[in-house]
Amino acid sequence: MSLVLAAIGVLAGLALLLGGLIVLVSRRLPGREATAVERLNAALPQTQCAQCGYPGCRPYAAAMLAGEADINRCPPGGEATIVELARLLGREPLPLAPELGSPPSPQVAVIDESRCIGCTLCLRACPVDAIVGAQQYMHTVIAAECTGCELCIAPCPVDCIDLQPRADSLPVGARLQAPVINPVTPPANAP
Amino acid sequence: MTELALIVIATVLVNNLVLVNFLGLCPFMGVTSSTTGTTGMALATAFVLTLAAATGHLVYTWLLVPLELTWLRTLAFILVIAGLVQLTELIVRATSPLLHQVLGIYLPLITSNCLVLGVALINLTEAEGFVQAVVYGLGAAGGFALVMVLFASLRERIDAAPVPVAFRGAGIALITAGMMSLAFLGFAGMIRG
Repeated sequence: MSLVLAAIGVLAGLALLLGGLIVLVSRRLPGREATAVERLNAALPQTQCAQCGYPGCRPYAAAMLAGEADINRCPPGGEATIVELARLLGREPLPLAPELGSPPSPQVAVIDESRCIGCTLCLRACPVDAIVGAQQYMHTVIAAECTGCELCIAPCPVDCIDLQPRADSLPVGARLQAPVINPVTPPANAP
Repeated sequence: MTELALIVIATVLVNNLVLVNFLGLCPFMGVTSSTTGTTGMALATAFVLTLAAATGHLVYTWLLVPLELTWLRTLAFILVIAGLVQLTELIVRATSPLLHQVLGIYLPLITSNCLVLGVALINLTEAEGFVQAVVYGLGAAGGFALVMVLFASLRERIDAAPVPVAFRGAGIALITAGMMSLAFLGFAGMIRG
């Protein structure tokens, strides 16, 4: 009987000791690198337009954190994003990089439905899945989702997509929010 | 010193855990399709194996033997190794993002591997002291890394070779692993000589 108790005691003691250590360490540790990337990513407009020269918003955030990219390379975000990035990184705000053009006024893609041939090429180009439609059927743009990134213009074979100024004056980024992944959650253990 | 060197040679070549004891076959087949992933896995395993050998020895000698609970060793080893690896992963993630990028996903993966538990258990009969136990863990890790890198390079060459359709993929990989195992059995002759 005492042997069984000792066994239970040893295992429970080891488990409590290690568990307590893990909890203690994870509470004491300072903010992690991953958290910083998530914060920068959340400040970006999530258009995934790649105008910054990176494949998407998150890679751009990682590059900024690594000091490889300047904070003024996001045209869809405009000045508000640059100010926010400067605050997060503790740098001075910069004007938008001149080679990327002036910050655009909010715009939205509109498909001229009488000319659309239903080729689905713009569906594949859209980074935010804002275009609905199917093969041989007319497509249309969900205006609330569209970020005005212009990526659907070039693939269209019949040039039926135009950009128009946005009627509602919501700034880009007010509609889309990147989820901030909780960095405390450890990755699930694979077998 | 020569004794320790012998332990290393023996665990790397003669008693290679993967090819002679057939432990850790899951990462051996699973992570060797490219050489880049293999290096990360080998490094993470080297770390966890050494840690497992050291802590396993300590827990066994100072906790389980005095309390006459040696039959509890498997459970206790799993608990201690998993806990320590989780702890190390937390510390690595916070202190060295670069190292975490290299080892990150592999550390929790290798924790529950039979290779790690195997080293801790074999150590009980093979090693006579703490230093020997750690060296045994290091040697086992070296042997694992060697076999992983060799096998990954072989598989990269096999990818470019004209393999008969029926043998493609896992089939030719298993045949190759078997032939490697046969080749490593040849090192057993070193002991008698």
